[in-house]
Amino acid sequence: MITNKDKVAAVEKFAEQVVEVEGRSLWQDARRRFFTNKAAVISLIILIIIAALSIFGPLLSRWNYADIDWSALSDISTLGRPSIANGHYFGTDPLGRDIFVRTMQGGQISLMVGILGSFVAVIIGTLYGATSGYLGGKVDSVMMRFLEILNSFPFMFFVIILMTVFGRNILLIFVAIGAVSWLDMARIVRGQTLSLKNKEYIEAAYACGVSTPKIIIRHIVPNVLGVVIVYATLLVPNMILLESFISFLGLGVQEPMTSWGALISEGAPNMDVAVWQLAWPLGFLVVTLFCFNFLGDGLRDALDPKDR
Amino acid sequence: MFRFIVKRLLEAIPTLWALVTLSFFLMRFSPGSPFTSERGIPAAVLANLQAKYHMNEPLMNQYFHYLWDLLHGNLGYSFRFSDYTINQLIAQSFPISAEIGFWSFLVAVSLGVICGVFAALRQNSLLDYGVMTFANIGMVLPNFVIAPLCILFFSIKHHWLPAGGWNGGAWQYLIMPVIAMSTSYIAQIARITRGSMIETMHSHFIRTARAKGLPKARIVIQHALRPAMLPVVSYLGPAFVGIVTGSVVVDQFFGTGGIGQNFVNGALNRDYSLVMGVTILIGTLTILFNAIVDILYVFIDPKIRY
Repeated sequence: MITNKDKVAAVEKFAEQVVEVEGRSLWQDARRRFFTNKAAVISLIILIIIAALSIFGPLLSRWNYADIDWSALSDISTLGRPSIANGHYFGTDPLGRDIFVRTMQGGQISLMVGILGSFVAVIIGTLYGATSGYLGGKVDSVMMRFLEILNSFPFMFFVIILMTVFGRNILLIFVAIGAVSWLDMARIVRGQTLSLKNKEYIEAAYACGVSTPKIIIRHIVPNVLGVVIVYATLLVPNMILLESFISFLGLGVQEPMTSWGALISEGAPNMDVAVWQLAWPLGFLVVTLFCFNFLGDGLRDALDPKDR
Repeated sequence: MFRFIVKRLLEAIPTLWALVTLSFFLMRFSPGSPFTSERGIPAAVLANLQAKYHMNEPLMNQYFHYLWDLLHGNLGYSFRFSDYTINQLIAQSFPISAEIGFWSFLVAVSLGVICGVFAALRQNSLLDYGVMTFANIGMVLPNFVIAPLCILFFSIKHHWLPAGGWNGGAWQYLIMPVIAMSTSYIAQIARITRGSMIETMHSHFIRTARAKGLPKARIVIQHALRPAMLPVVSYLGPAFVGIVTGSVVVDQFFGTGGIGQNFVNGALNRDYSLVMGVTILIGTLTILFNAIVDILYVFIDPKIRY
């Protein structure tokens, strides 16, 4: 009897222990996998530092991004050198404005364009792709045909036309860039949706009388989110590059505000006399793009169900 | 097969029409006019100018007029350089862009594929890491940074190459534009090739070929290369568009006078017919190229049948 009681107690204890072991959700699993990827974690940390610097960096300097340092203006190539003493940590640009503060301010714009641009692309692309994939049949083939037509447009040209005719407006840059880049997103999401829509839980939702838009929003979209996040991360560097291309053409943000692309295109012609004007913004741009690429790769390894 | 090609090419026609229509109305509804200038134009001159470009007619008439001319291969007169037709302007600048583009494309594909294949065959070796580091850097360096770096290195420091100009396409004038244009595509193609090559080399038919005792060179060239090229081929469409767009940057830095310069100037000057002409040309090429890529795909991938 005693042993039996012991056994019962042991079993009960064991049962308690088992209960304490919780199942891991997809997201916990992904997080664990992500944090074992050193390159991705380091990239994430660097990106956070760059973002924080871009936001709070201007407070560290006594210059403002639009201020002109008249004392340095007479001879930029010597007086405008980077130095701690005169407060121009990264030097000055040809107009005597502080490169450090301008790089930080440009970072705000570039990161914002990158993130908001991909946000626009993700929202349009996800909804379009999920709708097309879920509805299927005629609707699907029409929607995909439309996508194919858009895909063969030289879109960069439309962006340039938009920027020239409607003036330079940051908001417009976001929208234009985002609206141009949702095509791939839509295709990826559609592919995922096609494989999801015959799953039992979708069928169950349908049988319960859930409306089509609600099935798409509540049941399809959350399940393609992993793939969406990965491609969104990989979109951000492309957005930043696109913005810098537009800025290079002189169609980007309005002076005296700036972005990394605008700084680079201003600095590039002077690089043999004042290399810092190119080097700092370029360094920040390249490091950021690098980090986003590594982050995207890390997230893909963590989230993409195909690689499991 | 023939039917598929014809069908694919016929499908391009509605796309082209949509392109023409969209760019036409986008340009016409934009604020500003090609005739606005700092000095006011006398009303009679303005009326004459508008009559020359059919701008005094209703919009739909203008549109059909444009379509009709377009069907005859006539892109109209430039608003800015009024002595030139758009056909002349394009005939002047397009061969330049085409030559730069052709060489860039060739360099990008051949170097990219070679680098990618060798990196894949020696996976995790020093060569692999070298190629991948280069590829990662090349991917994030914008071409408007590479172009001035080239000028600084080749022209200002070493005086090896002329800093700009075209000079009828002599090779010295071609090198830097091609470098600036192709770097990021070499990098991208190398990455894609490496990835798909590694995947292919792990597949069963390669193992079979190995088990048969075929020499490695033959396995790579005859068996692995073709399936490994599929993702590369599908990347060529976007790459083509990128190379065309890249000409905007290259023309600005090297003063090559290609089509990119025409486009940007046209857009800034509200030169409707020039912008339309370039957009339609680029659009047609893009659509055509996408169709060619699709057709190529069928030849390479035996799984696709039409």
